[in-house]
Amino acid sequence: MITFSVSQSVKANEEKSKSKKFNAGEMIIEHIADAHEWHIMTIGETHISIPLPVILIFDGKLSMFCSSRFHHGTESYNGFKIAEEGKHKGKIVHILANANGQEVEDEKLPLDFSITKMVLSLFIGVFLLGLIFLSISHSYRKRGVAAPKGLQSLLEPIIIFVRDDIAKSSIGEKKYQKYLPFLLTIFFFIFLNNLMGLIPFFPGGVNLTGNIAITLTLAVFTFLITTFSGNRAYWVHIVNAPGVPWWLKIPIPLMPIVELVGVFTKPFVLMVRLFANITAGHIIALGFVSLIFIFGEMKPALGYGVSVVSVIFYVFMGLLELLVAFIQAYVFTLLSALYFGMAIEEHHKEENH
Amino acid sequence: MGIVTPDIGLIFWMTLSFGILVFILAKYAWKPILATLHEREKSIEDALHQADKARDEMKALKSDNEELLRQAKEERSAILKDARAIRDNMIEESKTKANQEYNRILEAAKESIHFEKMAAITELKNQIATLSIDIAEKILKEELSDKENQKKHIDKMIDNINFN
Repeated sequence: MITFSVSQSVKANEEKSKSKKFNAGEMIIEHIADAHEWHIMTIGETHISIPLPVILIFDGKLSMFCSSRFHHGTESYNGFKIAEEGKHKGKIVHILANANGQEVEDEKLPLDFSITKMVLSLFIGVFLLGLIFLSISHSYRKRGVAAPKGLQSLLEPIIIFVRDDIAKSSIGEKKYQKYLPFLLTIFFFIFLNNLMGLIPFFPGGVNLTGNIAITLTLAVFTFLITTFSGNRAYWVHIVNAPGVPWWLKIPIPLMPIVELVGVFTKPFVLMVRLFANITAGHIIALGFVSLIFIFGEMKPALGYGVSVVSVIFYVFMGLLELLVAFIQAYVFTLLSALYFGMAIEEHHKEENH
Repeated sequence: MGIVTPDIGLIFWMTLSFGILVFILAKYAWKPILATLHEREKSIEDALHQADKARDEMKALKSDNEELLRQAKEERSAILKDARAIRDNMIEESKTKANQEYNRILEAAKESIHFEKMAAITELKNQIATLSIDIAEKILKEELSDKENQKKHIDKMIDNINFN
């Protein structure tokens, strides 16, 4: 159960925030990065946020507690605290007492399996996907071959698009059905979470598909499926690419190395493309908002003036991001399908490439 | 927390939840949805196919009908032609027959007229003969009433007879 915690921030924090000037870079990074609490808004000095469970494994010991124990990162709990400075900034670190009795950060980091903002957002996304598709699956079963209705008719063209224009055309008529469930799932996972990221408030606004861990996992799924479904021709093509002069293979196996690197760069590119596109979108949108506060700090009137321009640009960016949300989902799915298609393609005879 | 360093925790939760999502959706959502879509496409295709077939059948039926109509018309004209021929034949035949009858009747009439004429002529001849004999008898009776005359007459007759 999610409980809202409305807490007065402690005095130290209050003073700090008063003296602190608006830092756009910090604000943006804070928004697009992960956190142990879901910050919803701040009214005056009152932070409204959802505290999330912290799950740590340190020295083979499991410790679980609520992130509200950290009091928005200002206090330590149970020997752990959220690092405020240094290279582990924002991460949970173990605290050691040094010889002087001062608290210092342990170099060894605990394994952090916390349900963070990203993880919760991921769960919400997965839950929504499950809800949406199980419900339309139910209506498919109920209505049979009758014409689609409601949500069914909204999603059916997209499902058919993924099936016909992505899976069928890239993998081929014969074997596309095996990969279709995965392709449909990644497509809708990326698409839905991209859209959720565009919603500026709870439960959206989380830069989930712009998180490298998420895109990495998706790319690894694609990589594993590609690798395990690779047929003989696929591996032969890597080790001994046909139609390439022999001196590129012996004595220095230049082509095999290039091909092998290619095997890894394909999913790597998938990972980076999605991450960069979505993160960039969030950064630009937040940048426009930051402009208002930067100018507002100089002179309030200037802030109001800039806000008009910023809002116009923000709306424009939002529309662009809607397009990007779809395009990135499409590109990721299409390229995955192409890689699967390459892995199972039958090379009949020696082909000239 | 650098934004380009992946967190192990997030990777763990992502792998777990995404894996479960793929599994559940594949089994309980994509399978029935895709099966239904396939079925619907098939049924639409079948329906179109059947419509095509029905259209072809209609066409065939229409051409059959046309053929039947054509045949009927042909038959009608053939029958009419036959009837006309029969009629002409009948008229021709009856004309010939009538002619023949007419000729026969005419012939018979001519014959009977001829026969009657002959009979009349014979009758007339007989009557002339009888009248002649009667007249001759009367003359003879008158001429032979006295002896002298009788003698004269016999003499004359004997004169006329040649004794050879």
